[in-house]
Amino acid sequence: MTREIAVVAFAQTDHRRSTDDLSEVEMLMPVLHEVLDRTGLRTADIGFTCSGSSDYLAGRAFSFTLALDGVGAWPPISESHVEMDGAWALYEAWTKLLTGDADTALVYAYGKSSPGSLRDVLTRQLDPYYVAPLWPDSVALAALQAQALIDAHETDEPALAAVAARSRATDNPHAQLRGPVPHGDYVVRPLRTGDCPPIGDGAAAVILAAGDRARELCERPAWIRGIDHRIEPHSLGVRDLTDSPSTRLAAEKAGAFERPVDTAELHAPFTAQEIVLRKALRLDDTVRVNPSGGALAANPVMAAGLIRLGEAAAAIHRGEADRALAHATSGPCLQQNLVAVLEGDPR
Amino acid sequence: MPEVLRAPLVVEFPFTRSLGPVQSAFLTGLRERVVLGVRTTDGRVLVPPVEYDPVTADELRDLVEVAPTGTVTTWAWNPHPRPGQPLATPFAWVLVRLDGADTSLLHVLDAPGPDSVRTGMRVRVRWAATRTGAITDIACFDPYGGAPAQPSGSTGEFADPVTGIVTPARLDYTYTPGRAQSAYLDALAEHRTVGERCPQCRKVYVPPRGACPTCGVATTEQVEVGPRGTVTTFCIVNIKARNLDIEVPYVYAHIALDGAGLALHGRIAGIPYDQVRMGLRVEPVWTEGARHPDHYRPTGEPDADYDTYRELL
Repeated sequence: MTREIAVVAFAQTDHRRSTDDLSEVEMLMPVLHEVLDRTGLRTADIGFTCSGSSDYLAGRAFSFTLALDGVGAWPPISESHVEMDGAWALYEAWTKLLTGDADTALVYAYGKSSPGSLRDVLTRQLDPYYVAPLWPDSVALAALQAQALIDAHETDEPALAAVAARSRATDNPHAQLRGPVPHGDYVVRPLRTGDCPPIGDGAAAVILAAGDRARELCERPAWIRGIDHRIEPHSLGVRDLTDSPSTRLAAEKAGAFERPVDTAELHAPFTAQEIVLRKALRLDDTVRVNPSGGALAANPVMAAGLIRLGEAAAAIHRGEADRALAHATSGPCLQQNLVAVLEGDPR
Repeated sequence: MPEVLRAPLVVEFPFTRSLGPVQSAFLTGLRERVVLGVRTTDGRVLVPPVEYDPVTADELRDLVEVAPTGTVTTWAWNPHPRPGQPLATPFAWVLVRLDGADTSLLHVLDAPGPDSVRTGMRVRVRWAATRTGAITDIACFDPYGGAPAQPSGSTGEFADPVTGIVTPARLDYTYTPGRAQSAYLDALAEHRTVGERCPQCRKVYVPPRGACPTCGVATTEQVEVGPRGTVTTFCIVNIKARNLDIEVPYVYAHIALDGAGLALHGRIAGIPYDQVRMGLRVEPVWTEGARHPDHYRPTGEPDADYDTYRELL
């Protein structure tokens, strides 16, 4: 790698069950302004802009083009969009900065799940030939994975409930679900309401900068030491659902196993997925896992992965972490996984 | 805060997809009550079959029949079936490894309750009464106590193979327009057109979308524009649109309402189509109960000077 690239700022909305008083760009704009304010940059100063979102969530065609109003995209800016979690937009921005074409990048993501029925909407991302016609909803698929873990004696229901309780014990002011939350009835057995992420709306943004530009913009940049993403075979029945080889491989390529991390932000929307990720990433009890509460505290779809990168970076900015791992996922049962390793300069 | 406007929004689409040779054979087989897998180069049998090996990426074409009986590899009890799912009564989602296969198929199991389901239990395909060549030709699985069923001896070759599927999808949303668009719609209900001014560049956006795309800031100052305006450019429509009761030819125009920083579009009537011109001064015509102007008609004023609208084309 020829250029050092860092996350220099992060901002997110308060995540809410519904934002029906706001359009998508109205929800997003305050976060864009906040992240720019943190660096003193204006939109015109940004070299590359990349976003992640999905029109299916709110059912609005080309909603990402309307969201672009919020960054001042006219006259045309250098811009791109992924129909994926914003973590993958960050990956694209990182590669753009690596080429030297830009020194700064604005990455943002938003998800407004409240207008639709998220469990059903997410069935539309599945294999359209053999799977989507059965409308297996997101909780059902996660429950199949959870049962596989229970059958393999890798977890049990009390252990899953403990993951939920620990996650929601966060003091994160942006969280949608915080504090004691009833673990509830089965949604799809073995997963109870407490094992599932809250459904809600939210947005997040980060700014990346290269080299000396990063040092100018941030007192303690969160340097991206490595970042990689990998995918599982698309057929669920081919996979061992109790493991995540793609996460392990992405972590290896990102250099996560070279030295221990002190903090990990994992994108595990369902409790059982944290069990899988801890194993794949070889995280022991010395690592602080999801001090932000993770996706169990707030899961704005399409932004929740980017938020993991942002939270890990912010912990480095604040001096609370020196070497952090951030993970993002997409698709059913941890189908696709991205791992980044972030470090602050020695203090 | 004014009441949030809401409207139902249905997104409905039938996707028509063509099938590759392996998918075609598998789905045609289901229609004929035969389950086919595909053999990989290292000898594993994948069910459902895919066209390329997920590990080696080898092209796979060696079809193998497997039994309609198998073993549950994991399951999840669904107490509240959702629209579109295979059964309307509580059921178990299951991954089933059919006898003769090395991988598992996702489907559902009709069982009386979660206590009657476990990993390792034996199940058998229940065929749908009407089969078209789709994964739903398997209605569901049933608990099964017998020995592995024998394959039928199918070669994987069928008359009249299925070459494509149509998968309907419907998603229901509740549309809420947000702050800026709600204000615009509320004003329109009173036959007024209200845009929003950018606090930085002072441009007035109609209809407002809540942000200035040049400055990237929120537009908050409401500005009433029109009702009169100027045709900045136009086209003559000669093809009748389906479900639209307007005689052709007619004129569709960009109209810069007085005070607006950009043009919106509307139909021009009350003047022969071949007399509409750039600079023509127009005003909206409302019909009873309408949410938008039905069309715009000439005001009779002298045409606007080109320089007054040259930036608004």
